[in-house]
Order: sequence, then C-alpha cells, then structure tokens
Amino acid sequence: MAKVGIIGYGITPFTKDDRKIESILLDSAKELFKNNQKINRDDVDAVLVSTNNNSKYLSPILSEMAGIKPKIAHSIESLCNSGTNSIVSAYSYIASGLADLVLVTGAERYDSPGSILEWDDSRGEYKHPIFWASIFAKSYKREFGISDEQLALVPVKNHKQARENPNALSGKTYAVEDVMNSKRLTDDLRLLDCSRPCTGSSSIILGSEEKTKELSESPVWITGIGQKTTSAGFTKNTSFSSMESTRQACETALKMSKKNIGNVNVAEIHDAFSVCEPMALESIGFANEGQGMGMIKELHYTDNFKINPRGGLIGCGHPLGATGIAQTIEITQQLQSNASKRQVDNAHVGLVHNMSAAATSSTVLVLEK
Amino acid sequence: MSFETKLNEGIFCIPECNECKKIVWPPAEFCSHCFGTVSPKEGDFEGKIIEFSSKNGQCFCVVEFEKAFRIIATISKTPGIGQSVKMSKCGISDGNYSFIVI
Repeated sequence: MAKVGIIGYGITPFTKDDRKIESILLDSAKELFKNNQKINRDDVDAVLVSTNNNSKYLSPILSEMAGIKPKIAHSIESLCNSGTNSIVSAYSYIASGLADLVLVTGAERYDSPGSILEWDDSRGEYKHPIFWASIFAKSYKREFGISDEQLALVPVKNHKQARENPNALSGKTYAVEDVMNSKRLTDDLRLLDCSRPCTGSSSIILGSEEKTKELSESPVWITGIGQKTTSAGFTKNTSFSSMESTRQACETALKMSKKNIGNVNVAEIHDAFSVCEPMALESIGFANEGQGMGMIKELHYTDNFKINPRGGLIGCGHPLGATGIAQTIEITQQLQSNASKRQVDNAHVGLVHNMSAAATSSTVLVLEK
Repeated sequence: MSFETKLNEGIFCIPECNECKKIVWPPAEFCSHCFGTVSPKEGDFEGKIIEFSSKNGQCFCVVEFEKAFRIIATISKTPGIGQSVKMSKCGISDGNYSFIVI
C-alpha cells in the first residue's frame, strides 16, 4: 500500500458562536494555509468536507472561498465519526493514485442536526443521546461494580487536560463533587458527564509519500486504519457495557500498522460521555474488561496525559464533523513533539478512536512519525 | 397494512418477512435478509427487560422481544433485569414511536 502522510493542519477555538457554517469551515482551512506556506493551493487535488450540517454543496463552496479548484470535491457525513471517515476517504484517494494532495475540513455549528438519529425508531421517544448513554452507564456500572463517583473522574481528568488546550471549549477544572452536584439529567448521567455540542472547525492536509516528504519537515504517517459498522440502530448493540465496533476497528488498524496496543504511546478516545472512556479503553485493549477506570485513575493522579491529552470531547466540546479531525491533529502534534504543556513523553505511535451513534460505528487510526 | 399503520392504531405487531419468516427490525418494507415483502404479525408478545434507567422519575427500559429485537419503552415502576413484560400501550406521537410496557 502506498504511504500517506499528514503534511499540515489548522484548528481554531471551539466556541458557542452563532455563525454560518461556510464561515466556520473557512476558519481552520485559512489557518492551515497560513501555517503551511509551502503548500501551493493549485496543487490540491481534492477537498473533502466533514459535517452534519444540512447546507448544500459545502465542499465546492469551501474550495471557492479558499481559492482552490480541485478535481474532487464533496461532503462526507457519518454523524460523530464523520471526521475520521473523511480522513479515510482522503487516504483512499491518495493510496489509489487519484490524488496526491487532499484537504479535509470538518466543521459544525452548536445546533447541529447530527446530534439525534431520527431514523432509529426502535428507541421510541428516547432518541436523544443521553438515553443510550444512560443505558451504557447503568449497564457498565452494574457489570463491573463501578459507582457514579468513580465515573466522575473521567470529566475531572479531561477538563483538567483541556485547560492546557487553547482551542478547548472548557476553561474550567472540576472536582468529583462538582460532577456529582451538576444537574442530574437521568438517574445515570449528570450534565458534567456529557460532551457539549459546539461550533468548531478543524482542517488537515494529507499527501502522497512524495508530496509529504516535499512539504513537511516532520511528517506523520497514517500506518493503520480500521473501521467497523455493526448496525445503525442502538438497540442492535450486542452489549451495552462494551463497544464491539471499536474492538473490531482497532484490531484491523493495529494489524495493518503491524503494531500492538502496547506500542501505542498516546491516544485520543471518543469520550462523548464519561462512561464511553473506560468502555473504549477496554474495547481497544488498553485495559482489561472492567479495569478501564483503574487506568484512568492512575493516569489522572500521576498527571499522565496519555489518554485524551487535548481534553477529549468532554473537555474540548464536540463539534461533530470537526471532532475526528481535531483528534487526529492532536495526535499529530504529539508525535511532532509540538503539544506544549500537553506533550506526552516519547510519543512515537499514536491512536485515534472516533465513533458514532452509541458505538454502532467506529473508526480507529494509527499514526507514526 | 404496515407495522407503522398498526402502531398508529395502537396495535403492537412484529414485522415478519412473508418469504423467509425472519423478523425484520427496525420495521421495513422489505426483508434485510431476502428482500421479501414484510407483514405485521399480531400477537400477545412477551418481552424481557435487558436494561433500564430513569429520567425525572420516569423509567425507560430496553426490552427484548422474541429473542430477536429490542425497543426502548416506558415502564411505570422500576423493573428488574430479566423481568417479563408485555406491551400495554403503543402508538405514534409527534412523529416518534411510543411504547409503554407493564
């Protein structure tokens, strides 16, 4: 398989701003080209837009606003993992030889229609994500004897880490008591257990081996890709305390990269809700079944930023279409030793985990320098 | 007559393929296995509680029917895992399916 590398990126702060999606898209693309002056926009073969926004023709619009006339221009939507799906598409265009240079831009408004999957009627009137997250939390707590207080450590850790991320929505730190005393949304979920929808944009540019070596001084390579969709409907999940699509996607990605989980030094995990982080850590293989919270506790109390260094979705906010790209940018920065106070020591291999709709679909990327 | 038409009349049916007899869930016009046409099968179905939680004192639960498909339903009292339940009321409200089990 041809090598595909990450040449550069652009990202702007996640906010609650009420702005047009077209303007939000341009924010990070503009930042990307400002930060990577060697890239000639005439050489961009494809522009892919990742979003759940209902506006039409966004990729040609972004291309026009950014002064690009690409061969390939279209949008990609897959709810919360639209971002990494777009990166996989970009990879495929390059690996197939159809493109040498692909811009991927993700953006979302705080009021994204992608938060609720209307199609899934098996959820009855319980279509908001807080309901599947509550079922996950109840099931995980029962199966492994975990308490609400223990799960509350996930937002405590991730908001703390987000403090070191200038683009994160959260600027606050919280104690376990704050999480426990935050608004109770359901019996098994409090406000601070949730990632927040927000306005945000992130861009990344991928290239063929030749282009990457020509345009980047410290290239990062995508060496593993795994994707799995088990269903679209939440009630088809075989387990509510683990993530089958994540397990399969991770296995595929690690196999492709010829790595095992012990080789991974830093990872971005899709913590849409508190319980998702230990569940994902276990399904990926970082921790044994039921041991995810033990790992999180140890990382938190030793100030080890190995998992979700940018603050995860809970600390950063979750602009759906931009999230997977922002996660990939974080791992790129980590591998380039360019993550400031969030920097994890000796980061050589990184992993991105991005999922959608109650883990009915997952994407896992392995990145190396 | 579709599953949805029946549901709108307050009747809970199981969508079954006319060809291969498999249950098709979520309800659809055609079978996802053999693409045969699907008809709603009426009956007094028993479900089992798989998981539950509650919001503002109202319990909601994942219920499995026929060991084949699951829904999220409302239940008036806190249930137990594995508890047997039956559909007491169902319908379509504000465009959403609505299920209440006892």
